[in-house]
Amino acid sequence: MRKRSDIDFFLILGLISSVYVLLIAFLVIADIRYTTLQDFRLALQKPEIQHAFWLTLKTCTVSAFLSIWIGTPLAYLLARHRFRGDWLIDTIVDIPIVLPPLVLGLSLLILFHLPINGWELENWFRDDLGFPVTYRWPAVVLSQFAVACAFAIRTMRVTFDQIDRRPEDVARTLGCTRLQAFLQIALPQAIRGETAAFTIAWARALGEFGPILVFAGATRFRTEVLSTTVFLELSIGNLEAAVAVSLLMVAMAMVILMILRLVGLGVRG
Amino acid sequence: MIEVRNLNVRQGQFSVRDVSFTIEAGEYAILMGTTGGGKTTLLESICGLRQVHSGKILLDGVDVTTWLPGDRGLGYVPQDLALFPHLNVSEHLAFALKLRKVPRREIRQRVDELSKLLGIEHLIDRTIKRLSGGESQRVALGRALVFRPRALLLDEPFSALDQETRSEMHTLVRRLTRDFGITTLHVTHSEEEALALADRRFLLKHGNLTELNLQGLPIES
Repeated sequence: MRKRSDIDFFLILGLISSVYVLLIAFLVIADIRYTTLQDFRLALQKPEIQHAFWLTLKTCTVSAFLSIWIGTPLAYLLARHRFRGDWLIDTIVDIPIVLPPLVLGLSLLILFHLPINGWELENWFRDDLGFPVTYRWPAVVLSQFAVACAFAIRTMRVTFDQIDRRPEDVARTLGCTRLQAFLQIALPQAIRGETAAFTIAWARALGEFGPILVFAGATRFRTEVLSTTVFLELSIGNLEAAVAVSLLMVAMAMVILMILRLVGLGVRG
Repeated sequence: MIEVRNLNVRQGQFSVRDVSFTIEAGEYAILMGTTGGGKTTLLESICGLRQVHSGKILLDGVDVTTWLPGDRGLGYVPQDLALFPHLNVSEHLAFALKLRKVPRREIRQRVDELSKLLGIEHLIDRTIKRLSGGESQRVALGRALVFRPRALLLDEPFSALDQETRSEMHTLVRRLTRDFGITTLHVTHSEEEALALADRRFLLKHGNLTELNLQGLPIES
């Protein structure tokens, strides 16, 4: 009787769970069924899509590295130290996660073009640093980074929360400065969390669309990434190419997520 | 020599109130007390890991109260040992020496010597995860002793060991601290440990310190 009740339990759970798994699986299958190998090949042979593919790889990688470099120290501070206003920083970090993507893009656009006594951030970048941002590839990176970094920080925060702080204390008694304790004790233990954070940041950057469209535009051979390619192909009625690019993105996402599974969301080695 | 003068520390529910004591150079002092009585807080304050509210901590006559933990030159073995999970045994023993930029050849020599003294020379390349409780204790002790610290602070390091291993560790720690001439403050709950190791005994209860004689009775001040 006992065994029978276990089977019922797992059957009910399995049925409920399968609704979502099947939905996603059918979405991918429908995309595959809609397109042909020929459509796929034709789409990928287009120079503008190849350009978008390489730009996507480059910008996602730069965004993910930036997210790790900037997110790790912040995550460590939030995990290890209580200070006045830490809740506020915690909340600010979460804003890009909950903010509608278009709003984030609009905010970036406003930030770079808000005149302050005749001074503009975009003008400063363009004229003084010789590095224009808006509607250029740096705007793509910044749009991706703004969201991806929040996810990297969350992942790293959990990582550092789970790592015992006592070895760092002992390292300090042995002669380490706080920085040395961080670099030599905490960081090596967080390597799996770092890899997971990098992968999540990369995957988030890949899926980013709204802020890129508003802040970087969708100019072919300039700021077009794969997510904007889908939009551009759809807007000219080329559904086959849009689906082919979508499938390419699904494949890229799956590779990234498989790496993530292999690394394990488990934080410690 | 460890000298603590009118030390006051408040840290959450733990506190140390107006504690004063002196442990002469080379002495082995045992600190006992109730759970939550402030023993670990006191040790961590001497190490520099906790902020002192008032009072002074002197090591060999030098006021180190405001010094960073790494500048105090203390060897510290916490209750949980806090070994570094990503380092192997030899890397643990070499850790403090590398920080002090000791030449590589001398590091190797000192690690070899110490690992023999600790009886862990056969474990030198082993990762921390593959060590037994007693072996981990020896590594933690070696990590704290390798740079010849001014004093050694032990926070119930042997509490999780079986009787036989604990007795071995008592003999080992007493021999090493005598050979190295290191002043030691050792926190324990064990009367047996106190009898086996102590030159001096203290009792810390509810943040207040009393000196005991070797039989564990309060010494009238």
